[in-house]
Amino acid sequence: MSVAPETSGSAPLIAGDTSASAPRQSAQRFLDGLAFLVVLVALWQLVYWKSEVAITGPVETVETAVALLGSENFWRHALASGRAFGASLILSCAGGVAIGLALGAHRFSGAVAAPMLTALYTIPKVTLYPMVLLVFGLGISAKVAFGVMHGIIPVVIFTMDAVRNINPVLLKTARVLKLSPAQTAARILIPAVTPEIVTGLRVGFSLTLLGVIIGEMFASQQGLGFLIINGMNVHDVRTLTAVVLLLVLFAVASSSVLLALERRLNTARRATDATVGLP
Amino acid sequence: MNRVTLVRLAVIAGFVVVIEALCRFGAINPLTLLPPSEMAAHLLALLASGEINEAMAGTFSNVAIAFALSVVVGFAVGVVIHALPRLRRVCDPLLASYYSVPVFVFYPLLVSLLGLNRWPLVAIGFMFGVTAMVIATLNGLDRVPRVLLKLARVHRMSRSAEVLRIVLPAAAPNLFTGGKLALAYAFIGVIAGEFILSGGGLGYAIAYAYDAFDNRTMYALMLFVLIVVTAVNAALYVWEQRLLRRRGRG
Repeated sequence: MSVAPETSGSAPLIAGDTSASAPRQSAQRFLDGLAFLVVLVALWQLVYWKSEVAITGPVETVETAVALLGSENFWRHALASGRAFGASLILSCAGGVAIGLALGAHRFSGAVAAPMLTALYTIPKVTLYPMVLLVFGLGISAKVAFGVMHGIIPVVIFTMDAVRNINPVLLKTARVLKLSPAQTAARILIPAVTPEIVTGLRVGFSLTLLGVIIGEMFASQQGLGFLIINGMNVHDVRTLTAVVLLLVLFAVASSSVLLALERRLNTARRATDATVGLP
Repeated sequence: MNRVTLVRLAVIAGFVVVIEALCRFGAINPLTLLPPSEMAAHLLALLASGEINEAMAGTFSNVAIAFALSVVVGFAVGVVIHALPRLRRVCDPLLASYYSVPVFVFYPLLVSLLGLNRWPLVAIGFMFGVTAMVIATLNGLDRVPRVLLKLARVHRMSRSAEVLRIVLPAAAPNLFTGGKLALAYAFIGVIAGEFILSGGGLGYAIAYAYDAFDNRTMYALMLFVLIVVTAVNAALYVWEQRLLRRRGRG
């Protein structure tokens, strides 16, 4: 089951032009990235010329963003978002991995839960936000709960699928070596499913962030989501665009780091599998 | 019906019964959560009165347009990116982090570009759905076995025959998943957009009921959205399983 769309990262790396030397290749890669960036900024500038009332141009936005980074008020809101996001992320990851391992190990419960998890993943959770507010009250706990609602499900799904698809030889080996359940989990299960868990965490990371920001956009007085919705309401386009830019940069940068980690783990695993003769 | 399905239904039914009991015996404050039976009763009354017909029509037509656009455009973009490995390498991190950007923040911009009508909402649904389709298309095209492409060359198939007979059938499961996700995301985008920003549709009706402390309407509408989305997803899931089984035989 592939419920999460963001799996393009686990696709096999494209074989580059093998005749080019490594430095030339990385230079080409760098230039490609640069060209892509230039195209994006040019598009942004075009949109800006088309509707100057709703967005600020690239140069002005970067200036505003730099000014924001130096202001105390911005950091107060960023800290509020960061606290809610950090708590949600920890709960999503720890809870998701634990539930995923349990559901993966117990085949019957996993089979019962799988379509329910997919259904939970695809419902528009934002409609449930008023209920979260009624249950948790206005404040940080509602935001955390909402972030966890978004983030935990992909972590559960990826972890569960990884455990279910684990190579049976590994588990047989554990039984032959008479490992205790705790040893099996620590020495076999967790190392074997780490790459998939990292994929789950990457998707969970994105969705947790989305959940927290949406939570702040509705019925909140603090955080980056509040800055955005407030910018919309009082028509403070400069702050609005600058906060969005900072948020996008943060999201893309953290995802890239997790993506690189994921690729490295996958390469390492393929290498290990080849050495020990696993298919 | 097999045992897994039965247990699954029992779990859901048990959950509803527990909530109902907790509400009825006063363990849950009626200001926080209503008994499910009351939600359902009020939902039926709302549906019968026709009060929410306009909101339903608005939301569902927006979702339908956003979904159709996502699938067509997402597939086309996926094909183009797949054909250009250099472009793909620079797009990958962006595609991977796309869903952490709350697309709703572009609503004012979309209103100023498209006008104050349904199109900004459709655009938000589209922006949510299209990326899922692009990623699924890329995954699907990656998984076309090389040997089948060689087979096409051995048979001297024309380019269009190769695409129709080899590439599309081989990529079909991923494309189907992409379509399923695009629909789910179109729902999420449109309803969340209505909820936070716009002045119409089911999402707005829920937010309005919340602001007016009208819990009965709010929970009835939530239940309605959940039922509709889950039913659509379940139907697609069953259809997909049937297609996969047929492939397995063929």
